[in-house]
Amino acid sequence: MLDSAEARDFRSGLRDIFPVMVAAFPIGLLFGALCVAKGLSVMEAGLMSILVFAGGAQFAAVEMWTYPVPLAALVFSTLLINSRHILMSASLTPKLKDFSLPQTLGAFFFLTDESWALAERRALRERVTPAYWFACAMMLPISWIGSTFLGAWLGSFLGDPHRIGADFAFTALFIGLTANFWKGGRTGMTIAASAIASAVAWKMIGPPWHVAAGAFAGILTAYLTASEDDA
Amino acid sequence: MRVDPMTFAAIVAMGIVTYFTRIAGIFVGSRLNLHGRAKAAFDAIPPAVLIAVIAPTALATGWPETLAALIAAAVATRVPLLATIAIGVIAVVVLRGLI
Repeated sequence: MLDSAEARDFRSGLRDIFPVMVAAFPIGLLFGALCVAKGLSVMEAGLMSILVFAGGAQFAAVEMWTYPVPLAALVFSTLLINSRHILMSASLTPKLKDFSLPQTLGAFFFLTDESWALAERRALRERVTPAYWFACAMMLPISWIGSTFLGAWLGSFLGDPHRIGADFAFTALFIGLTANFWKGGRTGMTIAASAIASAVAWKMIGPPWHVAAGAFAGILTAYLTASEDDA
Repeated sequence: MRVDPMTFAAIVAMGIVTYFTRIAGIFVGSRLNLHGRAKAAFDAIPPAVLIAVIAPTALATGWPETLAALIAAAVATRVPLLATIAIGVIAVVVLRGLI
C-alpha cells in the first residue's frame, strides 16, 4: 500500500512543497500582523487567508483597507492581481489527464504561483496525478492560514506598527514580489509608468483610484513597447 | 472573535473573484493563446498592479520612504524576499531617524 504509485506521488508532492511552506510562514505572520494594524480582527485576517488564499491580492487588499470598506475597489484590485491565474489554469488543464472535472474544479481552488510552477515542472517529466497535486497544493494552506492566525494574534500585542517600520513592510514586500516579474528594460518602463500614474492619481483624485490609474498606465506601456513578433 | 458583516462580505467577494480566475482557464483552454503585444500586456498586469498599490507610499509620502524603496528595489533581484523586506524596513527606520 505504502509503495503504491499513489503513495509515491503523494510523497513527491510533499517533498516538493515543503520549502515553499517554510518560505510562506514568515510572510503569513507579516500578513496577519498588518491586518490587525489596519483594524481587522484575528478571525477576519484568518478568514481572508482561508477564502481568498492568494498572497499578493491579500496584501494589496490590506494596504487599501479603510472604513467604510471599499468593496468595489477591493474586488477590482483582486481581479486584476489574480488575472494571471487564468493563464496558469489554461496552461495546466490539458496536463491534468487523470482528473475528472469535479476534481479539477477542486484542485484549482488551491492554485498558486508556487503549486502551478511545481506542477508544470513535474509535467515535463511525468504525469501530474491527483495524489501529487493534492499533496502539493493542499499542504501550502496549512502554513499560510496557520501563520496568518498566529501573526494576527501576535500583532495585537505589537502596538503601533509605524514605530518599528512595520508599515513599510508592505512596500518592501511588493518591491520584492515585483522583482519576480522582471524581464528587463521593458518591465522597467511598465513599472515607471505605473508608479508615476499611481502617485499622480493619488495626489489629484485620491484612493482607491491610484490602483486603476497605475495598472492601466503600466499595462498600456507594456502593450505599446512590445512588438507583434514577441513570443 | 469579531467579524464585521461588511468586512465578511468583502472577503467573500474577493474569494469568489479569485476562484473565478483560478478555474476560468479550464474553459478558456487553447483559445487563450496570447502572443505579441497582447501577451506583453497580460504579463505586465502583476508588476503594474503591485507597483500601483505602493506608489503613493514610495513616491508621495516623504524622503525616508522614497529612499528606502529605492534601496529595497536595488537589492530585490539579488536577495531572497524576506531579506528584501528586512532591508527595506531597517532602511526606513534609520532614515526616519536621520531625516
